[in-house]
Amino acid sequence: MKEYTNSGSKDTRSGFGEAMHELGKTNPDVVALCADLTPSMKLDAFARDFPDRFIEVGIAEANMICIAAGLTIGGKIPFTGTFANFSTARVYDQIRQSVAYSNKNVKICASHAGITLGEDGATHQNMEDLGMMKMLQNMTVINPCDFNQTKAATLAIAKYVGPVYLRFGRPKVPNFTPPDQQFEIGKALVLNEGTDVSIFATGHLVWKALEACRILGEEGISSEVINIHTIKPLDDEAILASVRKTGCVVTAEEHERNGGLGDSIAQLLARKYPLPVEMVAVDDSFGESGTPEELMKKFGLDTPDVIRAVKAVMARKKS
Amino acid sequence: MCYTLTNDLEKLGLLARAIRQSVVRSLAEAGSGHLGGSLGSADIFTTLYFSVIRHTPDEPLWPGRDRFILSIGHIAPVLYATLAEAGYFRKEELLSLRKLGSRLQGHPGRDHQLPGLELSAGSLGQGLSVSVGMALALKMDRLDNRVYCLCGDGELQEGSVWEAAMSAAHHKLNNLTVIIDRNSLQIDGSTEKVMALEPLKKKWEAFGWQALECDGHDFRSLLPAFNKARMELLHPSVIIAKTVMGKGIASIEGDYRWHGKAPTKEQAVAFLRELEGGIQNIEH
Repeated sequence: MKEYTNSGSKDTRSGFGEAMHELGKTNPDVVALCADLTPSMKLDAFARDFPDRFIEVGIAEANMICIAAGLTIGGKIPFTGTFANFSTARVYDQIRQSVAYSNKNVKICASHAGITLGEDGATHQNMEDLGMMKMLQNMTVINPCDFNQTKAATLAIAKYVGPVYLRFGRPKVPNFTPPDQQFEIGKALVLNEGTDVSIFATGHLVWKALEACRILGEEGISSEVINIHTIKPLDDEAILASVRKTGCVVTAEEHERNGGLGDSIAQLLARKYPLPVEMVAVDDSFGESGTPEELMKKFGLDTPDVIRAVKAVMARKKS
Repeated sequence: MCYTLTNDLEKLGLLARAIRQSVVRSLAEAGSGHLGGSLGSADIFTTLYFSVIRHTPDEPLWPGRDRFILSIGHIAPVLYATLAEAGYFRKEELLSLRKLGSRLQGHPGRDHQLPGLELSAGSLGQGLSVSVGMALALKMDRLDNRVYCLCGDGELQEGSVWEAAMSAAHHKLNNLTVIIDRNSLQIDGSTEKVMALEPLKKKWEAFGWQALECDGHDFRSLLPAFNKARMELLHPSVIIAKTVMGKGIASIEGDYRWHGKAPTKEQAVAFLRELEGGIQNIEH
């Protein structure tokens, strides 16, 4: 298989913070808003160097989302920053009416998504956000896999006109995609070509899928690994092209099975090309306290879980 | 060209009457919708669009325009009637209100391309925050356009309104004016019985606003309030405009059951006759 090297683990939120600082220098229309989480969101540098374009809203997320909608009316490109739970569940109606239905150019940037938020526990571990956001018309939903890709995605959405939900995380994870990559919204990336199974992964699960691919390769199983960084719009063509070749599918994500990437892909396949699908995702459960690694194991989101799913789906394909 | 504004009380009275007539006609044709608040705020809308707001109906996105946000989307009929009266679209279109394929949605929907509409609204408690965002953007660009937002009084029970109020004062948004349609009624009855708002003026003052009160049906009371808001240098301003739900039709005035009701065609005939009979608002 193609080799991927971790150039040094980093948190994806720092990729966001770095890109924001760059945007501060290059795009005078970019405005950052934060709801009392500036250091956690890695927005310190932006706030320090561009104070006139940094709006601290305090602990008032509903206000933040709607202020952002208002800023767009003056031609600004607002990026809101808070944790995934407070970026979605807490403010869903504000996003629905003032951003999505009003079609405002707001970038909702959410850190600490998923189970890997870790020790803070279930109140903060939102695993429904992709589902909520992908159901909204006009909304683009992006979940990059590492530091470099999060940085590239942040730069890319500043150029795109329309509402975007950008999801990233708290822990340090392998950084393996190219530092100078061009991020193309809606374009699935084939990381490894294979013939026996298609593994569609997003976010932190992309690295796990690559690890699974390597181990499976040693057993003679050829996996195609595709990074679906854009959940909506989904790259239907890339997905269908891959499954026509492999004949079975594993999806992998740090999210509830209901409403996640797997659910989007299963819908597509049910309509266009039905075949066996296994899903690596959280099974209708709130999270809990623990280290990110412990939680990924406990909630079935680790490399061995991807391997098990591949074997299960290949057995179904044969039968 | 900026729309020519007027302080002529007789002209304003005639405009308000025409707007009320349009509201009655469009609601009777629609068969559903919110009559009470639409009639009750007609004088506020008249003041805003014909005396206060700089705007250009033939160029709705003119960058020099003052911004208006209707936060209580349910009184869309009076917004539509006002926009039509000002020339944003033809008055005949008002009869398409709430019908399939219409640009005049039951609550304002921006995806239907209605000129003059900045925001979709209906779910309460969002308009003021959006207005704060607009006011901030204008301050960042050092522009002197002003932002106006109309809120309902019952709407003030939404907590997010007070998040917005706090932030507007924090940022010293003197370019922002909020008008409260203070008819003291909501769907379940009197605001003070449902969830008391008083002392309302003091609440806004405590949040750091210049709070003004006026008679929401008397242009001689409304106009100075807007002037005073425009003069303020340090604080956002709120104008608590005392109104009567259903104003203009004696038989429904102050009756909260007309919050979400439309007149029948027979009622509409009588209501239109009553409106034709006397010009409100000049002698109060």
